[in-house]
Amino acid sequence: MSVQASLDIADILPSLEKWLDVEFTFYRVEELAADIARRPRGEQNFLLDWIRRIATTNIEIAYQFARRAPALLGRMDWRMIEAWALHAMDSYDKSGLRAALLVIEGVDGFAAQRHARVAGALFEDIDGILFNFVRGLSGRRLNLAQGDVAYTDSETLFLPTVIAELETLEDNFRLAKATVTVLWAQTRFGTFHFDLQNALSAHPRREQALRVFTALETLRLEACIRRELPGLYRDMQYLKALLNEDRLSPTWQIYANTLADPHASVEDSLRLLPLAMEEPDPPRFCYQGEIRPEAVAQCMAARIQREKALLRVKLAQLAEEHGHPLPAKDAPTQIPVPHFQLKQEEDAASGAVEMELMLDGVPLPAPEDVKALLTSIQLDLGHIPDEYLTPAGPGEYDPSLYQEQTPDPNDVWQGAYHEIGATLYDEWDFGRQHYRKNWCVMREKDVTPVYDDFARETLARYSGVVKHLRRSFEAMRDENKLYKRQPYGDEVDIDALVEALADARDGREMSDRLFTRMHRAERNIAVMFMVDMSGSTRGWINDAERETLLLLCEALETLGDRYGIYGFSGQTRKRCELYRIKEIDEPYGELVKARISGIRPQDYTRMGFAIRHLTRLLSRVEARTKLLITLSDGKPDDYFDVYRGQYGIEDTRQALIEAKRAGIHSFCITIDQEARDYLPHMYGAAHYAIIDDVRKLPLKVADIYRRLTT
Amino acid sequence: MNARTLDTEAYFIEREPYYEPTGDEVAVFEAAYRNKLPVLLKGPTGCGKTRFMEYMAWRLKRPLITVSCHDDLTASDLVGRFLVKGGETTWVDGPLTRAVRTGAICYLDEIVEARKDTMVVIHPLADDRRTLPMEKLGLLVEADDRFCLAVSYNPGYQSVLKDLKQSTRQRFVALEFSYPSPELERKIVVTEAGVDAATAEKLVKFAHMTRNLKGSGLEEGASTRLLVHAGKLIAAGIAPITACRTAIAEAITDDAEMLAAVQELSSSLF
Repeated sequence: MSVQASLDIADILPSLEKWLDVEFTFYRVEELAADIARRPRGEQNFLLDWIRRIATTNIEIAYQFARRAPALLGRMDWRMIEAWALHAMDSYDKSGLRAALLVIEGVDGFAAQRHARVAGALFEDIDGILFNFVRGLSGRRLNLAQGDVAYTDSETLFLPTVIAELETLEDNFRLAKATVTVLWAQTRFGTFHFDLQNALSAHPRREQALRVFTALETLRLEACIRRELPGLYRDMQYLKALLNEDRLSPTWQIYANTLADPHASVEDSLRLLPLAMEEPDPPRFCYQGEIRPEAVAQCMAARIQREKALLRVKLAQLAEEHGHPLPAKDAPTQIPVPHFQLKQEEDAASGAVEMELMLDGVPLPAPEDVKALLTSIQLDLGHIPDEYLTPAGPGEYDPSLYQEQTPDPNDVWQGAYHEIGATLYDEWDFGRQHYRKNWCVMREKDVTPVYDDFARETLARYSGVVKHLRRSFEAMRDENKLYKRQPYGDEVDIDALVEALADARDGREMSDRLFTRMHRAERNIAVMFMVDMSGSTRGWINDAERETLLLLCEALETLGDRYGIYGFSGQTRKRCELYRIKEIDEPYGELVKARISGIRPQDYTRMGFAIRHLTRLLSRVEARTKLLITLSDGKPDDYFDVYRGQYGIEDTRQALIEAKRAGIHSFCITIDQEARDYLPHMYGAAHYAIIDDVRKLPLKVADIYRRLTT
Repeated sequence: MNARTLDTEAYFIEREPYYEPTGDEVAVFEAAYRNKLPVLLKGPTGCGKTRFMEYMAWRLKRPLITVSCHDDLTASDLVGRFLVKGGETTWVDGPLTRAVRTGAICYLDEIVEARKDTMVVIHPLADDRRTLPMEKLGLLVEADDRFCLAVSYNPGYQSVLKDLKQSTRQRFVALEFSYPSPELERKIVVTEAGVDAATAEKLVKFAHMTRNLKGSGLEEGASTRLLVHAGKLIAAGIAPITACRTAIAEAITDDAEMLAAVQELSSSLF
C-alpha cells in the first residue's frame, strides 16, 4: 500500500483561505497552514476535514479549532478531539457562539473529563435500559430524567449526566443501576410517607439532619433491597467494597441492624435521627443520591389531589359500565350511591399486595389504569382512604384537575425557546457530517375546515374520473386468484386430471399437480400522504392538490387501505408545522372533506422534519406494506436559513434513509420540471415521478398509487 | 422404542394432565359441554388455555383434536377435500369433520389467525343447529351429541384488523384466562419444572417485572409456560441468569435495549 505524500503549505493554504473566508475575516492562516504542513498525511487529513466541517457551521469556531487542535494531537486521541469539536457545535446550536467558544477554549477541562467520557456511564447511553428496568420494578410507573445530581421527586428519578466514580464502564453502570434502585426504593418503601419538609424545617441543623436521615434511610432501604432484589444487593456490596464504604462504626452498625428489621419503616429512621446526630460524620454511600424534601412535597401535593379526583372519576365510569349509574344531580336522594370497597391481601412470600375492588359486594375486574392509580395512592398514603372510594358525582370535578393539558400549538411564540409543547427532531448537517441535535421544533396543527362547495363541485366535475378510479381501485381489492395445476388444493383440477389420466393410459407418469387452489392476497397497506403546503403552491397548484386529495380519498375508500394525510410547511427550524388533514385511522367524512377544502398555502418547504415525524407515526401502525408518498412542487427550501440548496437536499435524503431503515417505502410525486437534478439523489432512481401538467395530477397520482401497491 | 401412531379421533388423554384451576372455569366448561354450547377461551399466550383443554378432555373422557390456526388455513383444511388416488378421486375428512362425526372435542387454537372465510364454516356448528355443511359433497353432517367446539384467542395480542367478528364471538360461552395468582403460579412452577420453592418464587417475581413492562415496549410479559421452561433449565443445572435469558428474555423481545433491561431485572433477582 502506498503512503500518501504529505501536503505542503501551498496545498493547504488555499483551502484554509476558502473555508475560513479570509478575504472578509482577515484571519491569519499562514501559520496554521505551516503547522499543519509539518504533520504526517493522516493527521493533515484529519485536521483539514474537521476544519472544513466546522466551518460550515461557523467560521469563527473553525478558526479557533484550527489554532488549538494541532497541538492536541499528541496528547488526546482522535476520538476525543472529534467529541470536543462536536460538543462545540452542539453548544453553538443550543446556546450560540459564545457558548461554543467557551467549549473550544476549555479544551483542557474537556480533556480532564476524558476518563469520565471513556469509562463513565453517560446518561444518554444508559437511560433506555434503566428506564425499562425501573418500569419493571413494582410500584408506581416512574420516569427517568437527567438532573444535576441523583434524586427523586417521587415521580421522576433524576440521574446526573455522567456517572464516573469508578474505573470501568461496567462498574459505573452498576453504580447507576444501584442508584436508580435506591431512588425507586424511596418511593416504594415509604421514605416519603412522612412530611419530611415539615419534620426537618424546624431543625436547628437542617442540612446535617438531612444528611444523617439520608444515611439512615439508605441503610433501611438496603435491607429492603436485600429482601426484594438479592442479586442487586450483591452488586451494592461489591460497589461499597470497591470504594471502601463497607465498614460502619459500631454505633452505626447497631442502627443498621435495627433498620434491617422487615417491619422497620421511615418512622424508625426518624426515631433514630436525634441519636445519630450525636455521632461524628454519618456514613455516605456511593449510590444513595440526595433526598430533596421540597421537590417531593411539591410533586406529591399536586399528585395526591390529581389522583384522588381521577380515581373518583374512574370509579364513576366503572360503576356506570357495570350497570350502577350514579343518581343525577337533582334526583331524589333515595337512589343509593354505588358503594365501592377494596379488599387487600398480602402475598406472604413476595410481600406484594393483591387488591380486589368490590362494587356493592361483588368483585369487579379492575382495569389496568385503575389498578395503577390505586397502587400509586397506596404508595403515597400507605392506604386508600374511604373518601377516595366514593365515585365522583355529576359535575363534581373540574377536568383540568386530572387531565393533562395539551398546549395550543398556535401559541408558538411562547416560552424561552418557543419550544413548549413541541416535538424536537434532529436534522442532518451534511457539511458537518453529523446531526444537529433537537434542531427542528415541530408541532402538529389542525387545518381549519372550510365547509364550502369545493368537494361537491370537484366530485361533480370529475364524476367520470371518480367512477373510473373507483372501478380500477375496486379491481385491486382482496382479489381471489385461482391457481391451477397445484400439487395440493381445494378442488380437483378437471383439465389437469383428464390430461393426467390420458398420460397414464399411454404409460407415462401421471403428474401430481391436479388441484386448484384459491389464493387470496389480502391487502395490508398503510399509506401516509405528505402534502406540500408551502407558499409556492399558491393558486392553481393548490387547487390541483386539493382536487387530487379528494379524488384519492374517494378511490381509497373503495379500496379499504388505511391512509393518513398531512400537510407540511414551516418558517425556519423554530416553526416546523405539520397540518393534520386526516389521521391514519380517522374515518373519511364531511370533516375531512372540509379540511381538504381548507388547505391553504403557508410558508416554506422544510421536508426533513415532516418525513421524520410521519415515519414515526407510520412506525406505530401495524401493516405489511408502509408507504410514504410526498406530493410536492419543488425542492426543499426554507426562509433565511441554511435549509436551501445542498443542505436541504441532503437532510431530506437522510430523513428518507431513516424512513427506509424503519421499513417504510417512500415515493415522491412532483411537478417541478427541474426535479430530475435532485430527486434521484433524494429518493433513488425509481422512487419518484414528475408530472408535466398539473391538471393531470389527480389521475396520475391515483395511477401511481395503483402501480405502487399492486 | 418406536413412537406410537394414533388417529386423532382415537387419541384419548389417559393420564391426568397437571392443571391448577384459577376460578370456576372447570364447572363452567362442564356445564357448557352438557348443554352443547361452544366455548371461547380468551387470554394471553402461555397462561394455560391449551393445558386447560387437555385437562377438560381428560375429565370428560373425549378425544381432543387441536387445530392451530394460521393465515393460510382454508375451509377445506378443516372440513375435508378430494384427493386423487390411483386415478380416482376420494374424499378425505378434515379434522373438524372427524370431530363432528366421532364426538370429539375440536379445539381451534388462535382462531383469529385463520382466514375470515374459514370462520364462517364453524357458525352452523356453533349454534343450536350443530350441523356441518359439506358443500363439495352436498351433505350435511349432524354433530354427535358428545361433540364439543372450543376456540381460543388472545385479545391483547391481536391487531385491530384481526379482531374476532361479533357474529362469531356471540355464539360462544366465553371464559377469560389470565396469569395465575403469584401463589398458584409458584406452585405450578415447582410442580412442572421441579425447582425448589425459593427459585420458583424468584421466577414468578421476575415474570411480574416483565409484565409490568407490558405497554412500555413489551407486547406481552413472560407467561407461565416460559417460567416453567426456565425452571426446567435451572433444574438441569443451568445458572438462573442464563436460564432467564435464554428461556424468557430472548423469547419475549428482540429489541436490544429492552433485552438488556430485562436481563438487568433478572440479574437483580438472582
